[in-house]
Amino acid sequence: MSTLVALARAQAVAAGRAQRITTVCHVHVHDRPFVLIPLAMAGEANAPLAAMAGTAVGAPRLLFVAQPRNRDERFAFAADLAGLLVPYLESFTAETEAVAVDRGRDVRHRFTDAPQVWVPNTGGVDFLRLFGRSTRFRQIDGDYPVPPSVPLLGMWLTFLAGTAEVPGASLLLNTVQALGLHWATGQSGAEDAHLGSLLAWIESGSAAAREAELGPVAGPATDPEFDNHVLAPLIAEGDPALRTVLHDLLLPTWQRMWRALDLLRTLEPGARVGTRWDGDRDAYSAFVEHLAEAGTPQPRRDGAVAAAARLQRLENAAARYAVQRAFDDPLVMAEYRLTGAAFGGVVTLAKADRIDDTGKRPVLRPRIMVTTPEPVRVEPGASLTSPARPAQKAKVISVNPTADGSDVLLELSGGMGRKLIAEPGSVPAVGEHLLLTTLSEAYRPGAAFPDPAETPWTHGGPPEPHPTD
Amino acid sequence: MSRIEQLGPVERLRGSGAAKRHNARTIAALTGNPGCDRRAVLDAVGVDKVRLAEQIGFAGNFGQSRFALARGNAFEAMLKADDCALLRAVLDVGRVDYQDLGADADDTLTARHGRTRELLASERPALIDHPLLTLEVAGQTVFLEPDLIAFQSEGRLRVVEIKSFAIVDDQADAAKVAGASVQAAVYVLALRRLLGDDRVSHEVVLVCPENFSLRPVAVVLDVRKQLATLRRQLSRLASVPELIAALPESVSFDLALPAAVLIESLAAVDARYVPECLSSCEMSVYCRHEAAGTTAALGRSVREALGGIETVGRALDLAAGAPPTPEQAEAAALLRAAARLRHEALS
Repeated sequence: MSTLVALARAQAVAAGRAQRITTVCHVHVHDRPFVLIPLAMAGEANAPLAAMAGTAVGAPRLLFVAQPRNRDERFAFAADLAGLLVPYLESFTAETEAVAVDRGRDVRHRFTDAPQVWVPNTGGVDFLRLFGRSTRFRQIDGDYPVPPSVPLLGMWLTFLAGTAEVPGASLLLNTVQALGLHWATGQSGAEDAHLGSLLAWIESGSAAAREAELGPVAGPATDPEFDNHVLAPLIAEGDPALRTVLHDLLLPTWQRMWRALDLLRTLEPGARVGTRWDGDRDAYSAFVEHLAEAGTPQPRRDGAVAAAARLQRLENAAARYAVQRAFDDPLVMAEYRLTGAAFGGVVTLAKADRIDDTGKRPVLRPRIMVTTPEPVRVEPGASLTSPARPAQKAKVISVNPTADGSDVLLELSGGMGRKLIAEPGSVPAVGEHLLLTTLSEAYRPGAAFPDPAETPWTHGGPPEPHPTD
Repeated sequence: MSRIEQLGPVERLRGSGAAKRHNARTIAALTGNPGCDRRAVLDAVGVDKVRLAEQIGFAGNFGQSRFALARGNAFEAMLKADDCALLRAVLDVGRVDYQDLGADADDTLTARHGRTRELLASERPALIDHPLLTLEVAGQTVFLEPDLIAFQSEGRLRVVEIKSFAIVDDQADAAKVAGASVQAAVYVLALRRLLGDDRVSHEVVLVCPENFSLRPVAVVLDVRKQLATLRRQLSRLASVPELIAALPESVSFDLALPAAVLIESLAAVDARYVPECLSSCEMSVYCRHEAAGTTAALGRSVREALGGIETVGRALDLAAGAPPTPEQAEAAALLRAAARLRHEALS
C-alpha cells in the first residue's frame, strides 16, 4: 500500500466519495465482452447453482440447476454454459494478422481480436478455475459420460483462469479488481470486495455504499440467510419459482457490472494497454492452435520445469506491468517519486554535442545537469530512463547535494539518431522539466530451463504420466 | 456443572440470559485479535453477541448455511458409519477399539470430562469419539470438543479434524486450512495441558473430501507454529477477571436493557476494531461504526502507509501542512510530499 493510495483513501473518507488513483485506464476494455456471474451451492465442492451470462446488458441469460446435488443436472448446466460461452470464445478466429518474429526473418499469425470475459470478483475467477478442473477430464463415453461440449468448456475455463493470474492480462477480468485499480474508496480493502459497496462509493457516496452492503451478494457464495429461508424450501419442493428468485437475485449484480464497464470506458486508455492486449491475443491464438492440434486437457499439476517457467513468466509480467503503468500514468509514477526510485527536476545545463572518443569510434554522449528538490536515491553509475524519451538511457555521473535538493549530472546515450549530431528534440534542453527513474522497460531474457525429460532428481525427476482413473 | 469463576460481577454483566459457551472456533478468533478487551470480556462473560448486536441496532450477518451444515454432517456420518470403517481405512490405524464417549446423552460435562481423562490416562490404543477437554482462556475454564482423537502405534495421541471443504489435486482453500490448523492447535494445546507435551503429537490429521466427490482423504498438518502463536496470544490476553472487577457497577450487557444503556456499557470496554473483525466477530458492525474516522478502520497497511497517524482528519491536516508534534514529524513530511505529488499529477 503506497502512501499516495492511502492518502487517496483518507481523502475519500473526508469527501464521502471515491477518489481517482490513476489518470488513465490500465485495462483493455473490450467493446463486446462476455459477462458471467456464477453462483455456487454452499457446502458443496464448487457445485454450480446458477449463472447469469451474456454479451449485452439488456439480454441476460439465466442458467440454473434445480437439484444441485444431481450429477446429471450439473453436467447439463455445464453443457448449457458451454453452449453460451464457447461460441463466443471461438467467434474471434475469423481474421488474422502477420507478426514478424526472429528479427524479421519469419512471420507468425495471430488473431486480430480476442475474447474478454468479466466476472464480479476474485471468487468468480476461483469458481471458474475449479469448474474447469472438474469438467476438463470428464469422458464423453464410458461409464459416466458427459455431453461433448463439457470437457471443451473445462479446457477453455482453465485457460482463462490461467491468464487471470498473469499481471496485466485482460482475457479474464474481475470487476472488483478492475475498479479497485483505478479508484480508492473510504473503506477498507476487505469491504471493497463487495461489488455493490465499491460501485456505490464511486457512483453515489458512502451512505449508499453502506446500504448496498445489505443488498444481494455478487456470488459465487450465497448469503446464509438466503440459503436457509428462501433457497432451501424452493429446492426441497422443486418449486418453479426458483427461476424467478435466482434471476432477481443476480440482476442487480448484472446491471452493476455493465455500469462498471461504462465507467471504465469513460477513462482514457493508457498508452501501453495496447501492447499488453497484443500479448493476450498471442496467448489466445496459441491456445486455439493447441485445441485444434492436440486438444489434450491441461495437466492436473505442473511439472517442475513447467512450474519454474511459469513462475518466471509471471514475475517478468508483474515487473513489466508495474513499469508500464508508471510510464503511462504520472499518478502511478508519483508513487516511485515518493520512494526515491524516480525524481523530477529541471535541466539547468546541457552539452548536447559532447563527443566521447575514448573508445574505438567516437560516439555522441551528451551531458546534462538536472536540479531537483526531491529525494534522490541513485548512485553514480546507475542507469535511468525518462518516460518522455523511453529509448534513451541516462547514466548518473555524479550526485551533488545542494541547499534545497540535489544536482545530478547525467550522460545520455541512445535515442538520438545514428549521426554524431543529435536529432532535434532528442536531447533535453535547458529549462525542460524532466522525470527520471530507475524503472526500465528493457526486455529481460528468461533463464534456460532443462527439457522436462531431463528434470533433475532434486525436483522429483522426469514427470510420470498421470495414472488414468 | 461447576463453574470456576463464581464472581458475582459475571452474572450481573450477563444478566438474565443463558451463557454462551466458548468453543475452539471462538478461541481461535479471540487469539486473532488479542488486543480487543471488548470481545475478551463479552466472550468470558458468555454474552450472546449476535443478540446484543441486534439489540443495539447493528445486526451483523453471521448465519451458517444449512447446505454447508448438511454436507458437513453427512461427511462425518459417512466416515463414522459401520464402526468407523471408512475412517479407519483413511487413517490407516488398523484394528483398534472405537470408544464413543458422547453416547450417553444424559451425561454432564464434568462426568464426560472425567471419563475422557480416564480413557486417555489408560494408554489403550483406540479411536476416541466426542472426547471432552478443558482449557484455561483469559482466566476462565472452557470445555472443548475435538472431532476425534486417535492413538498412534508408539502411544502418542493425534487429534483428528474432519472438515467438509475439498482438497483438489493436493491443494485446498488456504484460509480454510489455516482455520482448521488453528482450531486443531487449540485441541492439541488442551490435550498437552492434560497429559504433557511428549504424549501428544504436534501433527494433526485433517480428513477432507478429495477432489469433487465425497471420498475422504487424510492429510497430516504440522501445527507447531500455530501452537506457539496460540500460547503467546493466550498469555497476552488481558487477565479478564481483573478487567471485569474494574468495571463500574452500572455496566451490564443484560439483553433486556434498552439499547442506550447497552451502548454506554460497551463504551466502558475498549475495542480494537480492524477490518478483519467483519469476517469473525458478531459485534463488528457496531465497532466499525464506532471506529469511523480512524485510520485503523481502513486497514493496517493503510494506517502504516499514513505513517501511523491515528485519525483520518489529522492525517489530512498534516498533509495540508499543519504543524506536527515531534513524534509525527517524519510522518508529516511523508504526507506533505505525497499530497504535493498527488496534487501535481491530478492537476
